[in-house]
Amino acid sequence: MALLQIHEPGDTPTPHEGDQALAVGIDLGTTNSVVAISSGGKPEVLRDDDGKALVPSIVAYAPDGSPVVGGLARMLMLDRPDSVVGSIKRLMGRGIEDIKGLGGTLPFDIEPAVEGQTGMVRLNVAGHKLSPVEISADILKALKERAEDHLGHLVDKAVITVPAYFDDAARLATKDAARLANLDVLRLVNEPTAAALAYGLDKAVEGIYAVYDLGGGTFDISILRMEKGVFQVLATGGDAALGGDDFDHAIAEYFLADRAARLGEKELTSAEVKVALMTASLAKECLSSASDGEWVLDVDGQQTGHKLDRETFDGLIGDLVERTQDICRAVMADAGVTAADIKGVVLVGGSTRVPLVRAKVADVFMQQPLADIDPDEVVAVGAALQAEALTVGSDTLLLDVTPLSLGIETMGGLIEKIITRNTPIPVAKAQEFTTYQDGQTAMVIHAVQGEREMVDQNRSLARFTLRGIPPMTAGAARIRVTYTVDADGLLTVAATEETTGIEAEVAVKPSYGMTEEEMADMLYDSMKHAKEDMAVRLLAEARVEAGRNINAVRAALAVDGELLTPPERTDIDDVIARLEAVLGGDDREAINDAAEEMEQLTKSFAEKRMDRGIRSALRGVELEALEDGVSNG
Amino acid sequence: MAASAPFCATCGAVQPPGQADHFARLGLEATFTVEQRDLDRVYFDLQRQLHPDRFATRSPREKSLSQQQATALNEAYETLREPLSRADYLVHLKGMGVLPEGCNLVNDQMLLMESMELREALAEAEAPMDVDAITTRANDDIKDCIAQLATLFADDDIEGACRLTTRLKYLKKLAEECRARKIKLGL
Repeated sequence: MALLQIHEPGDTPTPHEGDQALAVGIDLGTTNSVVAISSGGKPEVLRDDDGKALVPSIVAYAPDGSPVVGGLARMLMLDRPDSVVGSIKRLMGRGIEDIKGLGGTLPFDIEPAVEGQTGMVRLNVAGHKLSPVEISADILKALKERAEDHLGHLVDKAVITVPAYFDDAARLATKDAARLANLDVLRLVNEPTAAALAYGLDKAVEGIYAVYDLGGGTFDISILRMEKGVFQVLATGGDAALGGDDFDHAIAEYFLADRAARLGEKELTSAEVKVALMTASLAKECLSSASDGEWVLDVDGQQTGHKLDRETFDGLIGDLVERTQDICRAVMADAGVTAADIKGVVLVGGSTRVPLVRAKVADVFMQQPLADIDPDEVVAVGAALQAEALTVGSDTLLLDVTPLSLGIETMGGLIEKIITRNTPIPVAKAQEFTTYQDGQTAMVIHAVQGEREMVDQNRSLARFTLRGIPPMTAGAARIRVTYTVDADGLLTVAATEETTGIEAEVAVKPSYGMTEEEMADMLYDSMKHAKEDMAVRLLAEARVEAGRNINAVRAALAVDGELLTPPERTDIDDVIARLEAVLGGDDREAINDAAEEMEQLTKSFAEKRMDRGIRSALRGVELEALEDGVSNG
Repeated sequence: MAASAPFCATCGAVQPPGQADHFARLGLEATFTVEQRDLDRVYFDLQRQLHPDRFATRSPREKSLSQQQATALNEAYETLREPLSRADYLVHLKGMGVLPEGCNLVNDQMLLMESMELREALAEAEAPMDVDAITTRANDDIKDCIAQLATLFADDDIEGACRLTTRLKYLKKLAEECRARKIKLGL
């Protein structure tokens, strides 16, 4: 190696030497992806020869399995729909169970579940079985190549953006995809936060801003405080399954209903669904500027023309857009601000071009949203700026929060929240739990994410068992469970039995089990179902309490059963049976009544036990010592 | 308890967060009257140096230490940001000998009666005006409560402060229930 190289000024042999450490910023979107770089604080979006920055997030697979990504794949969608896949981001971190309910209407050919095997969904594309992670990796590889062509050297580090409302499983899946594409992820940054960074630095704004990000498949709303290079997220919310794709679905269904009225009902293949959705997407884009139009649906060898005007379109998507308004209001409340406190609303994502969306945003924030940035490119620009900050250094500071509460399953299917939503990350919180039964030597730790009261209404993240707890009476063990969320928003769970120091720890790996729809409705529903949840919670608590009391009575009977006369014993046995009979039902009153009855019937038994307990405690104690104790007490 | 320096004086490497109370961690005096602006300033300054984003290209050990430091800062900031959690924490900090059970004991009959009445009124409120009236009352009371807390802490009346902190907890809960009621009524 040469220790010293001398070059003529302006004649450096490797012009990009200073860029070797350069990391790229990637916005991996549902519909389109963008890659950008930043150097010397100047971000640049990387474009193709035609000047296009957007790479359609669509992959076509050749029979040999080699992928084609972007515009070309999009064109192939109409000719060879079976070999082309789009909107794959919607399936990131999802299990087969998650999407069962949607199978027929999604433009995906989903592989049937393998018996006894859970895990990520696999799609059949051109005869290949591919997971969403693999397909996303192919998109990332294409973006990486674009950056490498531009820079003239290899790129192996990236900041990748994810929807703020992405759950743990989807974040992990994104990181896995990057690993498959040979990209080291320096940081996962939330899309609205990246947009705020780009916007805030570019326009040098200060104050409280809202970022309304409606993409192809996800909706995020974040409220941030920007001040002298600090970007502090106050609250965030959203819907991981609501976006422009749903507008396409609404239009496609409208067209197909219109078609069915003329030609009769016909079941469509997933390839035909793709064609109908592309036509619908075209109609949606046209209606952002035009007031009406007619589109031709070319499926199953028959063409049909369908008219649609703006007003009808607005009617089709009205509920979806109003849902984003509800979420905006809830997030403002979480942030402790009102519309009047918000200095500006930044629009992000292609779907914010829809006029109804803009009108409804203006309505909920009581001001016209800012439209002085390119909603398609701003996220990638923010990612590139953050990539530079992480590698080269910077004075800016991004302070983000957890989008969803993280909890643990307790007895009766209830959830104890350990980290509440909108807590700044990184964060670590610990809580102590104890055993439920005498001699219990293991405890299942089940981590869940979501806002609802019951386990099965939230997303299950991980389940593991802490073993080797020494046998003790119920309630004596002290199990400390610690949840740690890192700066990428990823959770690690650790459990320790305090008296013995026995430990177990897991990096959370998704344990699928929730439907797409349930995921989508989580936060939204938690607002609507607060009361219902309360009733369910009370019932579950009554069950747990009654179960615990039965255990206690049985344990007492085993020890001191002979204190009872035979009729007393029969009464107690009967009431236990009655209580157990109602325990499985949904009648909280009945459970409480039977529990109350059991308590009455066991009262004298408890008194007898107490007498015996005192007598045996006193037995053998000398009178003198006893008097001593009294006078000193 | 003083916070230990986050960086090694000799080599400049990031250190584990160590034990410190939340005030000391941020370099603030342990009082109830904390200006939001001051709190933000010290918190941002420290996060600028210690946040994991500053250590993205460093060794795994440094990354892990920075995460621990940033976590400790976030916990301190979160605790001191809201008057309620700040009061609760300060009672715990100053009253360790006096009030081992903290501010969770409810033996104030007046408070119980008052909160029951207001809850009932809220449950019966159907018109926006009625909910708003209770919301306003709760918010006014919260303000009063915070002002009084400042005086009590300044006078080192920890038991008095504890009573008011309990009251503040009830009021906050009531304000939250007002919000839930509004959503439920679709207002």
